[in-house]
Amino acid sequence: MDGSGLAALAAGIGAGLTIIGGALGIGKLAASAMEASGRQPEAAGAIRTSMIIAAALIEGISLFALVICFILAGK
Amino acid sequence: MTDSTSTQVIVDSLINTKPTSSSDWILHHVMDGDYLDFSPFFKLYLPHFELFGIDISITRHVLFMWLGSILLFIIMTRVAKAYKSSMVPKGFTNFWELFIVFVRDEIAKPTIGKGFEKFLPYLLTAFFFILFGNFLGLIPFSATFTSNIAVTATMAIFTFLMIQFGGMRNNGAFGYFKGLIPHGVPGFLLPIMIVVELLGLLSKPFALAIRLFANMTAGHIVIYALISLLFVMQSYLWAGLVVPMALFIYGLEILVALLQAYIFTMLSGLFIGMAVHQDH
Repeated sequence: MDGSGLAALAAGIGAGLTIIGGALGIGKLAASAMEASGRQPEAAGAIRTSMIIAAALIEGISLFALVICFILAGK
Repeated sequence: MTDSTSTQVIVDSLINTKPTSSSDWILHHVMDGDYLDFSPFFKLYLPHFELFGIDISITRHVLFMWLGSILLFIIMTRVAKAYKSSMVPKGFTNFWELFIVFVRDEIAKPTIGKGFEKFLPYLLTAFFFILFGNFLGLIPFSATFTSNIAVTATMAIFTFLMIQFGGMRNNGAFGYFKGLIPHGVPGFLLPIMIVVELLGLLSKPFALAIRLFANMTAGHIVIYALISLLFVMQSYLWAGLVVPMALFIYGLEILVALLQAYIFTMLSGLFIGMAVHQDH
């Protein structure tokens, strides 16, 4: 019995779970960035830069899991 | 001995080359291949070379990497030559000076601090190489060479070497490793800290490579997946949904191209700065 069907299912479920984690993290990040910009509009530029850097790092982690899903989907 | 087949231009009709499923089609276009696909017109096969049993044939990513490197070389030598006549740039040079000053003032100086000039050429090269690679991949009928794990792994290895050489030059070979472990760590934690810090040395460039590779590959897969939706549904009416979504993701890809070049360069600068000035 070859497990390629299970591997495809695992890839799909894994990608979905990964996206939940990544989207939650970036959502919280964006929320606090908006709040901080509202409190101090002069710092909006610096906050935006840090927000984008942090978002790229969080996305980098979720992409690790995505690579594993690629490998699984290929089986 | 080298063994080469001459480049063949084969006129292929779309019927003969129809892939069996949309995932085949997507993967064919995103991954490396030995032909340039201008379907439905023709496929341009690239030459195969073998040297001592190692396959060094020219593939799509290799071709576009050469193209990106030549473009980078021509543009940057032209920009450098323009500074011979006057220090005030105009036009073409002014445009590239924007990016160069950005890398120097926003990436190199804040992250590395004192002595950043030694690492500035590497950071500039990394930034522009990845930027050109990402943008070349956005042209239709082309390939993204930064979506190849070998290319990103090589860039990460270069960053790793810069980190080690930079750290060892400033702090001494043994002093660099000693400085990896922070001050004031209780004695019984020392074995764990050694393992953790050594693993951290390796995992940071690994993350750099995977981040760039996965971002580029995933973005292109999403665009191709949306377009293949049109063919799976086999109706023109879906175009009203597919085309705007694909265009939106395409615009996002342009942002991601710029962002990933910036992130790679900034994280490289950050790690180099942490290795060079270990007392922070």
